[in-house]
Amino acid sequence: MSTHVEQGLSLHDITVRFGGLVALEDVSLRVSPGRVVGVIGPNGAGKTTLFNVVCGFAVPQSGSITLDGKAFSPKPHQLARHGIARTLQGVGQFNGMTVLENVLVGVRHRGAGTAAAYEALERCGVADVADAYPASLPNARRKRVELARALASRPRILMLDEPAGGLDGAEIDWLAELIKAVDTTVLLVEHHMDLVMSVCDEILVLDFGKPIALGSPAEIRADDKVTEAYLGTAA
Amino acid sequence: MTTVAIPEKVERRRVPTRRRVSPLLVVLVAAAVIAVLTYTLPPFRNYQLATIGAYLCVTAGLTVLTGLNGQLSLGHGALMATGAYTLALMQNRFDMLVLGLAAAIVVTTAVGAIIGLAAARLRGPYLAGLTLAVAVVVPSITSTFDETFNSDQGLTVALEPPPGTIGVEQWQAWLCWGAALVTVLLLAYAIRGRFGRDLRAVRDDETAAKLAGVGVARTQVLAFVVSSACAGLAGALFAVLAQSVSPGAFPLTLSLFLLMAIVIGGLGRLSGAVIGAFLLVALPSVAQSIAEDAGSQRLEGNLALTFFGVVLVVVMLAAPGGLASLRFPTKQASLRFPTKKASLRFPRKKQKGQE
Repeated sequence: MSTHVEQGLSLHDITVRFGGLVALEDVSLRVSPGRVVGVIGPNGAGKTTLFNVVCGFAVPQSGSITLDGKAFSPKPHQLARHGIARTLQGVGQFNGMTVLENVLVGVRHRGAGTAAAYEALERCGVADVADAYPASLPNARRKRVELARALASRPRILMLDEPAGGLDGAEIDWLAELIKAVDTTVLLVEHHMDLVMSVCDEILVLDFGKPIALGSPAEIRADDKVTEAYLGTAA
Repeated sequence: MTTVAIPEKVERRRVPTRRRVSPLLVVLVAAAVIAVLTYTLPPFRNYQLATIGAYLCVTAGLTVLTGLNGQLSLGHGALMATGAYTLALMQNRFDMLVLGLAAAIVVTTAVGAIIGLAAARLRGPYLAGLTLAVAVVVPSITSTFDETFNSDQGLTVALEPPPGTIGVEQWQAWLCWGAALVTVLLLAYAIRGRFGRDLRAVRDDETAAKLAGVGVARTQVLAFVVSSACAGLAGALFAVLAQSVSPGAFPLTLSLFLLMAIVIGGLGRLSGAVIGAFLLVALPSVAQSIAEDAGSQRLEGNLALTFFGVVLVVVMLAAPGGLASLRFPTKQASLRFPTKKASLRFPRKKQKGQE
């Protein structure tokens, strides 16, 4: 493990209940700088809730979050200031603005402007549609625009919520390349198992809100509990 | 930074995405045109010109709030009343027009901030309901505190005649258009950069805006405050124009007219606000002359509203983006956007490189 004490983002025993439903129960996760950490699990396992806790959209009943060792109570609009960027599961676009303007909204650091936005657009291969409106683009390209907006904020931690949803093979390969090459910490929620296994350093598996496994892709692949959660109990 | 191999080689485009004319240039040209007009028009037309200027203050602010930020306000008529009464009270006490105008803006801004704080927590019909309540409540305040506001009679505004041989109407036109052009200029610069993008981002998707680092509530309150200041100024100018204020001058229908005007003109565009302000004066005037020709008193009051309704329907059918969105297609443009309906709204859209 890292020699630094508590660098990066850490979740400690997070529990979230929505009424009687336990969405997350005693989930702990350490996201060290530079690592790509995946969160997987069947539908309803609490993956997106975990993201929402980090973003401040959901407030845990118990547990705590730390960022670089300091207590962190996230507020959505202050995430960018803390260097955290998140993409949305759907495609959270500003449809009344051009692609370039969409990305410019994410550029909030001082002294950066259109050039930074173009850099992000080029990195995501959508600079050619800078003047287009997102609604006129196919889904895959819209997702790239959203990714560009997240990257344009130059995040320390990039949170990707099902970035491969609705993408074809070539697009997913491209996405995998990007995640591997991006020089930030990545927290990834994803259903596409090939992508998760190929890019992640560490994977957390959730099932009905409970953490059932945490380890490297190889360890997760060999874990019986994970197979059980995904495929059901062997008769 | 490590970079990712980009699948298709992208040619870097030159940065300007839209041809932008400097707002300062537009305002200076407009000022020159207005100045010439004030010397050539007869007094009544000058008065109408002045009224357009006063309306422009409020429509410009409202189109920023409703068009760019997506907050619907039915209360801007009441905010105008706030400005008008403030000016009347100040003017009758201190007899300094500039002070009165400044006070009108300050007071209305404060009222707008209070409404804005509540408004930032409300969406859609609930926001409309809140602002509607403001529109209903404010006139009734005048009868509750009738010692100060003199109930339905209202207040007269004592103004000194303009210096020299300048006609009153000409002077009014200068005052109103001076205020309007400064307002439009300030708004144009404000919405060009980050603030304008934040306004639209909040309008389009609040969650995504938050995650991109936009303070959603702060942006909404700020938009309401800015828009209120504009309404307060407009109200004060109306008090100057009429040399009186009364609750009857700021009915609920005024707020509705303002909204219709900016929608017809083109929501979210300052050029649309100009068109809207013009229509607010022109349509009732046309309606009145028709009604006078017909000799019907009953027609006179209602024809303007009918006119606006019909114009609204026709414009929405022909140009959903409002009159300001209309472009006269050049040969090239018509080749680029064949018959797509969306081209009316987003005329400069370009599609290529689809996968």
